[in-house]
Amino acid sequence: MSRLEVKGLTHVYSKGTPFERTAIEDLNFTVESGGFVGIIGHTGSGKSTMVQHLNGLMKPTSGQVLLDGKDIWEKPEEIRALRFRVGLVFQYPEYQLFEETVYKDISFGPRNMGLEEREIDARVREAALLCGVGDELLERSPFELSGGQRRRVAIAGVLAMQPEVLIMDEPTAGLDPRGRDEILSHVHRYHEQRGATVLLVSHSMEDVARHATSVLVMEHGKIAMHGSVSEVFSRGERLSELGLAVPQVTAVFARLARAGLPVPTDVFTVEQGEAALRRLLRERGVIS
Amino acid sequence: MKDITLGQFFPGDTLIHRLDARVKLVLVILFIVELFLVKTLCGFAFMGVLLALAVAISKVPPKMMLRSLKPLLLLLAFTSVLNLFYTKGDPLFTIWKLTASWQGLELALFMMLRISLLIMASSLLTYTTSPIMLTDGMERLMGPLKALHVPVGELAMMMTIALRFIPLLVEETDKIMSAQKARGADFESGGVLKRAKALIPILVPLFVSSFRRADELAVAMECRCYHTSGPRSRLKVMKMCFRDYVALAVMLAAIPAILLGTNQVLFSIIPSALG
Repeated sequence: MSRLEVKGLTHVYSKGTPFERTAIEDLNFTVESGGFVGIIGHTGSGKSTMVQHLNGLMKPTSGQVLLDGKDIWEKPEEIRALRFRVGLVFQYPEYQLFEETVYKDISFGPRNMGLEEREIDARVREAALLCGVGDELLERSPFELSGGQRRRVAIAGVLAMQPEVLIMDEPTAGLDPRGRDEILSHVHRYHEQRGATVLLVSHSMEDVARHATSVLVMEHGKIAMHGSVSEVFSRGERLSELGLAVPQVTAVFARLARAGLPVPTDVFTVEQGEAALRRLLRERGVIS
Repeated sequence: MKDITLGQFFPGDTLIHRLDARVKLVLVILFIVELFLVKTLCGFAFMGVLLALAVAISKVPPKMMLRSLKPLLLLLAFTSVLNLFYTKGDPLFTIWKLTASWQGLELALFMMLRISLLIMASSLLTYTTSPIMLTDGMERLMGPLKALHVPVGELAMMMTIALRFIPLLVEETDKIMSAQKARGADFESGGVLKRAKALIPILVPLFVSSFRRADELAVAMECRCYHTSGPRSRLKVMKMCFRDYVALAVMLAAIPAILLGTNQVLFSIIPSALG
């Protein structure tokens, strides 16, 4: 069943002025319920504009966004309720923190939903736990925390609304490798525990290959490719035409194969690569 | 949010654009002085033609000139009504207890023309001069004040930074608003108090990031050895050339012409039988 469907989505900025610019044009795609989609593309390819349409922050110039088969703009007065179902984490979300304590900030979303106090408390603690925000941090000011901690608090603020669809716009930008892996594993856990549909905008092919099940490639406001991870990353040439790349480990295996070694070329994560190499070495009797 | 026009620069390469920023500033000041010297319809027509000519040369769309008047419509209407009814003179018509006079009508009309032309002239200045050139021009014009220990250079630098940061802050506000909306913030419903409270989630992050940006910029400037004392050289040296002198001469010549004109009322809206 398709959870999210985008039909002919087009957005034109400053329509009717000399500064008119088409950001996205005639996008069509569907996202299956429980899917994990990686969205890649160059800066300025329209990724951020596109994702802001999915939770009704931007209104399409033409076209539709359907959630569970219903146009999200059918009743414009209910768009706020939709934003609780489709959660969006912006780039550098730590800059949106404003409350006196971490606890209050995470509770901002659930409180806006009009939930009971007990339910709010339960959700805040669950989201904090899920994002690795320890109990000892909950009563501190968000402005005292480190950058990585603040980022996790901000993400917890969206997860506390328990959205069925979670969209993240480069959630790992500017973090160190460890912070990056941590955040993505939190997201992955949310995806699995809740059966949530996740859309992840990322510049890291490694992250997309590791977590996503399908990949959407954008270029100049249009969809250049859309398919499973192996479908997209097996077309390395087309990707490099777009100025993108395949995961490094995929490139390594492509070269090994070209050098004549009998290795598979559909290797997209380091773990898969390790397994493939071990298999090869075992076959040759190098290791047991 | 993105529609804020704060003296938006309209790039071009016309005679008006190429005029020295200092000259343009002086021209606008002269134009405003002249607007207050003008006391006849003919005079206003003359000023109007002068401005229209400048607009035509600058290739700024007339629509944009008119748009600059939009925020002032209320003020214009208000002063016109006040002038119309509160000026004593020959009665024109009466509503309730208020009597409009011919003199009031004339005054209202003149005041409206004066304010409109004033705003359009200064808009033309900001449309055709980049903010950097403008502050540079101001700094040079205020140069003599340095002798009085006025920190002209610092003031100009402050102005440049402020101008540079306006679009950045607008963009930032936009972003924070979207982020809070994504968490279900509601800015559009509720009473005054509720709406004011709804602004907190925007204002706090905005303040925090402004201080952060200010701090970063200060560090960056210090890293490049920015220092307030000592003479500064500049990348673009302003130089007056022939067209600048011509423009100044035209604007100066208008003053005696206007002064002469005020004594000879060629055309008045007050019926001569009354006057």
